[in-house]
Amino acid sequence: MGCCAVPIEPLAPPAAGEELRLASHALDAGRRQSDISVPTIHCGACIRTIEEELGRLPGVEHVRVNLSTKRVAVRWLGTPPPLLEALRELGFEANLCDPDTGRHDAQFRQLILALAVAGFAAGNIMMLSIGVWAGAEDSSRTILHAVSALIALPALAYSGRVFFASAWNALRHGRTNMDVPISIGVLLAFGLSVYETIVHGAHAYFDAATMLLFFLLIGRTLDHLMRERARVAVKGLARLAARGAMVVAPDGMRAYTPLAEIEPGMSVLLAAGERVPVDAVVSEGRSEIDCSLVTGESVPQPAVEGTRLQAGTLNLTGALTVVASSHATDSFLAEMMRMMAAAEASRSGYRGIADRVARYYAPVVHLTALFTFAGWMLAGADLHRAVTVAIAVLIITCPCALGLAVPMVQVAAARRLFESGIMVRDGAALERLAEIDGVVFDKTGTLTLGKPSVCKAQTFDPGALGIAAAIASHSRHPYSVAIATAGEPAAMRFGHVREIPGCGLEASAGGSEYRLGRPDWAAADHALADGVACTKDGRLLAAFRLDDRLRQDSQAAIRSLRSQGLTVEILSGDADQAVGKVAKTLGIQHRSRVSPASKAEYLAAASGRKLLMVGDGLNDAPALAAAHASMAPASAADVGRNAADLVFLRESLMAVPRAIAVARQAGRLTRQNVALAVIYNAIAVPIAIAGEATPLIAAAAMSLSSVLVVTNSLRLGTAASVKKYTQRESPAPAMAAERSMA
Amino acid sequence: MIDYFYLIPIAIGLGVVTLGTFIWCLRSGQYDDLDGAAERILFETDEEVSRPLGRK
Repeated sequence: MGCCAVPIEPLAPPAAGEELRLASHALDAGRRQSDISVPTIHCGACIRTIEEELGRLPGVEHVRVNLSTKRVAVRWLGTPPPLLEALRELGFEANLCDPDTGRHDAQFRQLILALAVAGFAAGNIMMLSIGVWAGAEDSSRTILHAVSALIALPALAYSGRVFFASAWNALRHGRTNMDVPISIGVLLAFGLSVYETIVHGAHAYFDAATMLLFFLLIGRTLDHLMRERARVAVKGLARLAARGAMVVAPDGMRAYTPLAEIEPGMSVLLAAGERVPVDAVVSEGRSEIDCSLVTGESVPQPAVEGTRLQAGTLNLTGALTVVASSHATDSFLAEMMRMMAAAEASRSGYRGIADRVARYYAPVVHLTALFTFAGWMLAGADLHRAVTVAIAVLIITCPCALGLAVPMVQVAAARRLFESGIMVRDGAALERLAEIDGVVFDKTGTLTLGKPSVCKAQTFDPGALGIAAAIASHSRHPYSVAIATAGEPAAMRFGHVREIPGCGLEASAGGSEYRLGRPDWAAADHALADGVACTKDGRLLAAFRLDDRLRQDSQAAIRSLRSQGLTVEILSGDADQAVGKVAKTLGIQHRSRVSPASKAEYLAAASGRKLLMVGDGLNDAPALAAAHASMAPASAADVGRNAADLVFLRESLMAVPRAIAVARQAGRLTRQNVALAVIYNAIAVPIAIAGEATPLIAAAAMSLSSVLVVTNSLRLGTAASVKKYTQRESPAPAMAAERSMA
Repeated sequence: MIDYFYLIPIAIGLGVVTLGTFIWCLRSGQYDDLDGAAERILFETDEEVSRPLGRK
């Protein structure tokens, strides 16, 4: 375990057990199963430690770690065991996952089975076909054809469903997609071959039909696999919204209540470290509220009796009793969701390049086949000959290479980005990302880390840093967390530590009184403007200045974006002064105090321009949905993460120019692939029209063009191809974890 | 000519057995955690063969 992780301060919010119950799903006989995401599992020792230690907890029946998805499935009975706490004590950061419905899993399983069946059929039919190509004649040939038909029929019926269903769905809505020519080609090839077999003809295309399905299913499966991996990784990130809250009934009874059942007027107990579940008004207590994820304000806001709190903000220092003022469905969060839905609807339905090509491809191919038929009839051929040639044209133009051209590039690009800790949620997102001409950043949490860190520490006593760190480790106020990590905590025994909301921490040790907090409270005699002061019996030990630090590589990332010819600006909900400072450091334009609605409007109304929105807050979510493409860091609010096309896991902001570079490269390779597929058709179609496309030629041409397209797509995997866009790459701290994920 | 009647069925039968084995492996969850399986082989303790969680 020592090799894997460092212990994390066990600061579990109360009611964790109840939350565990809410997030689990029931099995038989009172058993429940919880799925926990543990992103830092990366070796066999981690697996064993977790399985052994969790297995010892009371009530736990079975623990199984999945190293590929980095999840732990725990089956338990009775009262919820302290699973998250136990994992934190072992040094693993852990998040509860919502019970998986298994729907995506089933879809993947179906694709794999379809692929296996198609592969089996293609292989065996090819084996029989070699006999035909080698010169089998008369009854031998008919037997080989008949056996091929017997294998092809169930394979097409089973594996072909994927395409037939999609094609049928498109046709019913009056559209066409790539699956329409695929389905028509495959079905006609099969029909013609069955007829040929019955009349003991020479040419049957069973091999071409099944091979086509096999190749296309490889593309589909890889595509699904890539997206699924990104989906699981994003879903495994910490959930920031509360699942429920501790409601106090008028008679004093406390009950952990799911979010949906909280009514306006209910009293809710909010411990330090919990997020506000619904919009509410403080009725008792003092504390400070971290709004950075909701409004973009970087400085914690004080909360006293009567303060209105927005759902999703974080209670930092003191326990509060709040009265809910709205339902979960009318809260700030729900309003953001509605705005997001509206923004998504107004973004005109983007059609991927594959669909756009299909719109022209299908009619052209089908008309060519029709003209071929008419031409042969006019030239005096008999009906059978004309139909055979026309169908051969359809088979040879069946868009095998074209069907692979787009997904293969997207899979290669997504894999490339995955290795750099960037998750692509959707293949079409890469196409949109390649088209952007400007980038809009949010400030808090995106350009900056969204949490303060010590930028200057003045000490007046040796060991002062250690004392301050030791005191600070008792609080979860962002300033305390920053100070606690700035120095090595001294081994001190404190008699008592008290947190005074709005002021700071008070501690006693060895007969002395220590204070860590606001200068006007902790060190009233000293003229300190702002920051945090640490005093011993009124004597100043240390003074700290804290600042929201810029994300790693911010400057390099902005430079790189500029050199790619993109405009860069900041759109923030924070105060003008804070935004101006960051904007000045980075040398970019800014707008401050922007409301969520006007953020979304700004991005939607960017007339003719295609903007990339990079943001993390709840207030950015509508803008993320409205933008042409969007990115969010892993620390973003859940809603923002789900709205964004791409999510980057590492601290470095170089993820943004890198993603754009890979997307542009992918766009170029996609166009090359489409061109290759068209060239292939330009060569193959005349041969087919001339009536020379025998099954052997069809099989060879089809596999050759597919191999060509796939090879071209894999060029994206080479490092040199992307390097020229990203000038500087900093070594990633999470290399080991990332490597085992890829 | 008679060769067809046993050679082809044997060839296809072998293929069907392979396909069936693959489907069985997939259904029994052996592909659910490929990275984990690579590590677990080094564990000294034997574990009971159990179906993965969450499936009937």
